Amino acid sequence: MIPQDYLGLAFFSMLCCFWPLGIAAFYLSQKVLQLQQTFDSSLEKPQFPGASAEFVDQLEFIQPNVISGIPVYRVMDRQGNIINPSQDPQLSKETVLNFYQKMTMLNTMDRILYESQRQGRISFYMTNYGEEGTHIGSAAALDPNDLVFGQYREAGVLMYRGFPLDHFMAQCYANADDLGKGRQMPVHYGSKDLNFVTISSPLATQIPQAAGAAYAVKRENTNRAVICYFGEGAASEGDAHAGFNFSATLECPLIFFCRNNGYAISTPTNEQYRGDGIAARGPGYGMLSIRVDGNDVFAVYNATKEARRRAVAENQPFLIEAMTYRIGHHSTSDDSSAYRSVDEVNYWDKQDHPISRLRHYMTARGWWSEDDERSWRKQSRKTVMEAFERAERRLKPNPELLFTDVYQEMIPSLNKQRESLWRHVQQYKENYPLDLYEK
Amino acid sequence: ALIYLLKYPYLACLRPTQKMNLFQSITSALDNTLASDPTAVIFGEDVAFGGVFRCTVGLRDKYGKDRVFNTPLCEQGIVGFGIGVAVAGATAIAEIQFADYIFPAFDQIVNEAAKYRYRSGNMFDCGNLTIRAPWGCVGHGSLYHSQSPEAFFAHCPGLKVVIPRSPIQAKGLLLSCIADKNPCIFFEPKILYRAAVEQVPEDPYTIPLSQAEVLQEGSDVTLVAWGTQIHVLKEVASMAQEKLGVSCEVIDLQTILPWDIETVCKSVVKTGRLLISHEAPVTGGFASEISSTVQEECFLNLEAPISRVCGYDTPFPHIFEPFYIPDKWKCFEAIKKMINY
Repeated sequence: MIPQDYLGLAFFSMLCCFWPLGIAAFYLSQKVLQLQQTFDSSLEKPQFPGASAEFVDQLEFIQPNVISGIPVYRVMDRQGNIINPSQDPQLSKETVLNFYQKMTMLNTMDRILYESQRQGRISFYMTNYGEEGTHIGSAAALDPNDLVFGQYREAGVLMYRGFPLDHFMAQCYANADDLGKGRQMPVHYGSKDLNFVTISSPLATQIPQAAGAAYAVKRENTNRAVICYFGEGAASEGDAHAGFNFSATLECPLIFFCRNNGYAISTPTNEQYRGDGIAARGPGYGMLSIRVDGNDVFAVYNATKEARRRAVAENQPFLIEAMTYRIGHHSTSDDSSAYRSVDEVNYWDKQDHPISRLRHYMTARGWWSEDDERSWRKQSRKTVMEAFERAERRLKPNPELLFTDVYQEMIPSLNKQRESLWRHVQQYKENYPLDLYEK
Repeated sequence: ALIYLLKYPYLACLRPTQKMNLFQSITSALDNTLASDPTAVIFGEDVAFGGVFRCTVGLRDKYGKDRVFNTPLCEQGIVGFGIGVAVAGATAIAEIQFADYIFPAFDQIVNEAAKYRYRSGNMFDCGNLTIRAPWGCVGHGSLYHSQSPEAFFAHCPGLKVVIPRSPIQAKGLLLSCIADKNPCIFFEPKILYRAAVEQVPEDPYTIPLSQAEVLQEGSDVTLVAWGTQIHVLKEVASMAQEKLGVSCEVIDLQTILPWDIETVCKSVVKTGRLLISHEAPVTGGFASEISSTVQEECFLNLEAPISRVCGYDTPFPHIFEPFYIPDKWKCFEAIKKMINY
């Protein structure tokens, strides 16, 4: 069946009718021809709409390469020496000192809040030990207006952006200063002002959401990017596959930042995936991908900076897999000695830590001395302790806040429930810890 | 005519109306939205060419491929993406091809969309999200093209669930859902897409959410339903009047969550008898919530046990559909039993 292309009719109208009409008809018939691409089976190239490739006549399965996988980009060696000077981002002393101070402040806050959970002062906590480089390096490469979707182990991004210690503490203590109004477990931070979307417990749900946000941000035309953090465990969720595929097909200015820290609670990576990590999945979605040394804050910075630049300029997603190690337990509900050796943990703590690598870089340039280290440790600990004590003293939010923000407006049925709770509490008040809460 | 206009004030005399079926009234609502809200985008499987039920015909050509676009085949992605669009401040209208396929998105809807505002202390929300899906039996849909899953979502605070019975209602309720600052799920009775035809105003208008509509007043029995089943109950009301001399009050709930407790209770206080009917399986179906609340509020007014005429506790069958559905004979028989209790 030869497809109708109206060419004959076009010629007829050119010759026998009004000739400008004929020319227009001829032009339109060519357009129709373009749309109805003729398939020529005599050509030796596959015609399938689903893939663009050559034929091959040898039966061979593609071998996934996991022995020699995607290489790990780094700028510094484990001792903090620059390997290839062209890759040194040559950041100012002020900037590098800020990186160091943010990473160490995070570390100090983690120690104190972990301890406070052990003492029963807060209900739960998750530390960021070993992954500080991934937070600070990537946060520094972004614009403050870029929207951040996180998983739960990215507190350093918030810290870098200037989230006050009082707000971190308020959320963990769920006190009346909590921006989240005391509704979520500790470390579920959020900040509208700092463009950090509130953390939620279900894993990987943020991944397709980040794609949607990036799409909306693209349409706004304000040169904003979106970054989406997740762990290598969360990358196994269906939502991760959905997010990757949507961001690529819908051309979103989005950076996917995977913290591959070796464990998802007790599950090591060899039980999480069989392929070459997360970076190798990117090309499967048509996405530009890179693997970096997550403990090298400059490598993280360089990769994120370039990914951001291109994501916004070219409206396409980028996948960064930052290799690192989770030095701490998964959370205060976990004791990782049950599934890994203390030696393994000590290796990373002592021999390949983002904070010490950066410190070596700084001391080699004479930017940081033993005295600086001592006084900074003392000062940062004091600052954290002061915020901690303030948070301890603060009352919890008014229990009215149990009932608000379910919908934008209060609905009649919920209002009735609220009134019923108040009548009940009035009657049985000695059984409710009212003194701990604001009136 | 005056009574008609008083009842439907949004059909003010001088408004131009057009004969539209249900899918066309949806297209009209979406057209109005894309015209007035530059941030609005419509997406889902196959919406670009017009959609498998033709609800989005012409919109891509009119408003551009960045505003009306196909997504990959992935419901959890569609809803997750929609949440992200809404969180970034744009109006997101997500289409799920059949309500039967909404379940992969259940986590995103229940754990994320519904809880976004509450958990963030009102810093973030996805009030700009509306999810639309074809719903209900269609004669031959069987297990996976006939479901009415409203009960699963009715159990989730933070969501709104809305079901129209006709083209005029559909356009007004959909526009309300889109305008509403909470995530809404809008189920469209697919059997009515072509079958229901009305004169629908071309201009935008809204019908309030969480307000049930009393379609006809009566004194002996209150009949409550939503979507397609309203048309069944209207017929049953005529049958009851004719054959039993029983006067039925017919109420269209329209919004399942949050539902209009006041209107239903006010009616039951008057009539003393309540029948609720839906296609979804009876156990745990939304009729059980209505029944439970009404007996709490109107216990002493009840003359007979509350009756539920619903689908059986089976998956929705193919060849057995005529036996499965809560048809007018089953509803009629239930009224008879209530009257004679």
